[in-house]
Amino acid sequence: MGFWSLVVSRWNNILESTGEHILIVVAAVCVAVIVGVALGVVITYWRSLAGPVLYFCQVVMTIPSLAMLGLLLPVFGIGYKTGVATLILYSLLPIVRNTYAGIQGIDPAIIEAAKGMGMRETTILRRVKLPLAWSVILAGIRTAVVMIIGIAAIASYIGAGGLGEFIFRGISQWNLQLVLLGAVCVSLLAVLADGLLKRVEGRARR
Amino acid sequence: MIRLEGVTKIFPRQRVPAVKNLSMEVGEGEICVLVGPSGCGKTTTMKMVNRLIEPTEGKIYVNGRDVADMDPIKLRQDIGYVIQEIGLFPHMTIAENIATVPREKGWPEDRIQQQVDILLELVGLDPEVYRHRKPADLSGGQRQRVGVARALAADPPILLMDEPFGAVDPITRAHLQNEFLSLQKKMRKTVMFVTHDIDEAIKMGDRIAVMRAGELVQYDTPDRLLSAPADDFVAALVGHNRALKRLHLVKAGAVARTDVAVAQATRFVEEAKELLQTNNSPVVVVVDGLNRPKGVVQREELLRRNGRAALQDIVNPLESVADEDATLYDALSTMLNYGERYVVVLNHNREFQGIITFGYLLELMKENGS
Repeated sequence: MGFWSLVVSRWNNILESTGEHILIVVAAVCVAVIVGVALGVVITYWRSLAGPVLYFCQVVMTIPSLAMLGLLLPVFGIGYKTGVATLILYSLLPIVRNTYAGIQGIDPAIIEAAKGMGMRETTILRRVKLPLAWSVILAGIRTAVVMIIGIAAIASYIGAGGLGEFIFRGISQWNLQLVLLGAVCVSLLAVLADGLLKRVEGRARR
Repeated sequence: MIRLEGVTKIFPRQRVPAVKNLSMEVGEGEICVLVGPSGCGKTTTMKMVNRLIEPTEGKIYVNGRDVADMDPIKLRQDIGYVIQEIGLFPHMTIAENIATVPREKGWPEDRIQQQVDILLELVGLDPEVYRHRKPADLSGGQRQRVGVARALAADPPILLMDEPFGAVDPITRAHLQNEFLSLQKKMRKTVMFVTHDIDEAIKMGDRIAVMRAGELVQYDTPDRLLSAPADDFVAALVGHNRALKRLHLVKAGAVARTDVAVAQATRFVEEAKELLQTNNSPVVVVVDGLNRPKGVVQREELLRRNGRAALQDIVNPLESVADEDATLYDALSTMLNYGERYVVVLNHNREFQGIITFGYLLELMKENGS
């Protein structure tokens, strides 16, 4: 059976898995953005925390994804929850780091002008710091999304669903075309997401 | 209005105080310029007034109230703050930038919009054109105008200005300074103005505080500073060419000669020649029907000309002009720029107000100087 006929015969399956894959990634990114931006903001106020927090996020990145899934399995059980939790942890570093760098990178004169005019700290954060750091934060989100689209494929191993299903089924059935199908779909999704987020970023920069 | 009593600031992990036991008072409606080399503590002093920096010792009173007892947010909202143009919010439009403080104060939206337009007009920017632009679309001079407008937005009685005209070319700077001074004539704000440029200090200040290494060396009027510098440091700061610096103290409009020959552009040369017989004027100023100068004809040139020519056909286009608010220093540099021996002074309606010639300027300097 050729690759194309495989695609045609599995078309509904592909759509469904892609939907699942996107859902897991989006859910993880949404949580990661809220947590990551909050953390990134917090460490701009308590600078002494910046080092440890960024270090922690970096250590998380070094844990092999298969091990991470195994570690979280007892906590969240089999299924998408463990998958999403893993993806959240992996997304943190780029988002936290870019939020921190984006805010630190703002011209201090702008912040001082805001303070000097009597803006409250919360207003400065909401109306000056976050809008000015936004394009940098978006770049972090893009890095995170592209990365976890790949990692999400591995989460299929613990029953999180998604395009990884094809890969693992292909491996167990010695069906290389099935593995290829999964891999191509994951890559395609990552490339599309990257392009889309780049455009959003470009618009934010203007 | 602003009073400092024995104010000292020592920054953490530093032994030498940035400001040392400083006492001074800025009177209501006055421009007080803090001047000195970088690191002399002038900016630190200014930032202690709106509590961006807290003093280590001493008291600061604004309108008789100790600022340490006031809510810093409220205090700052009632003190306009201008820094170099980079302090504008780059992601906001000009209108949003100016609306910052009124918004913080919770003004209703229609009043804010009204105020934004009033302020843009006040600093000479057309609201229709500039309201929705971003700071990056403006020239350096325009951005600094917006900076001033933003500081004035909620009509604060006090202004703190930290090198507000520092980042533009000298000609634009002179313009902005003159505009601010004529605004100040109407507004009568109490202003604390920081600069490292002694020329700017002499031009802008009602009183000048010269600082060195955190200490107040001399606090005096520009005139006194030039005529009686307290020590060698101040003397070196004001420089050797004090006579030249005095030119900053006189407004062109105040001394411009009005006893010159003025003729309508439609008149003939022979009529202008008659005018010159009764008038010792070195030039004839040619004006249009609205008394707006079109140009100038030198005496010698006029006498050479055929009497039947109309003035408008022989007049040289007017380049060497100064506003009535410009200083004699500006007037002199305009003359030098255009290589002319005169400068025509215009009032705010661009009408003819008078003329300053090079010879007359020298006489003025002789009277004024030494």
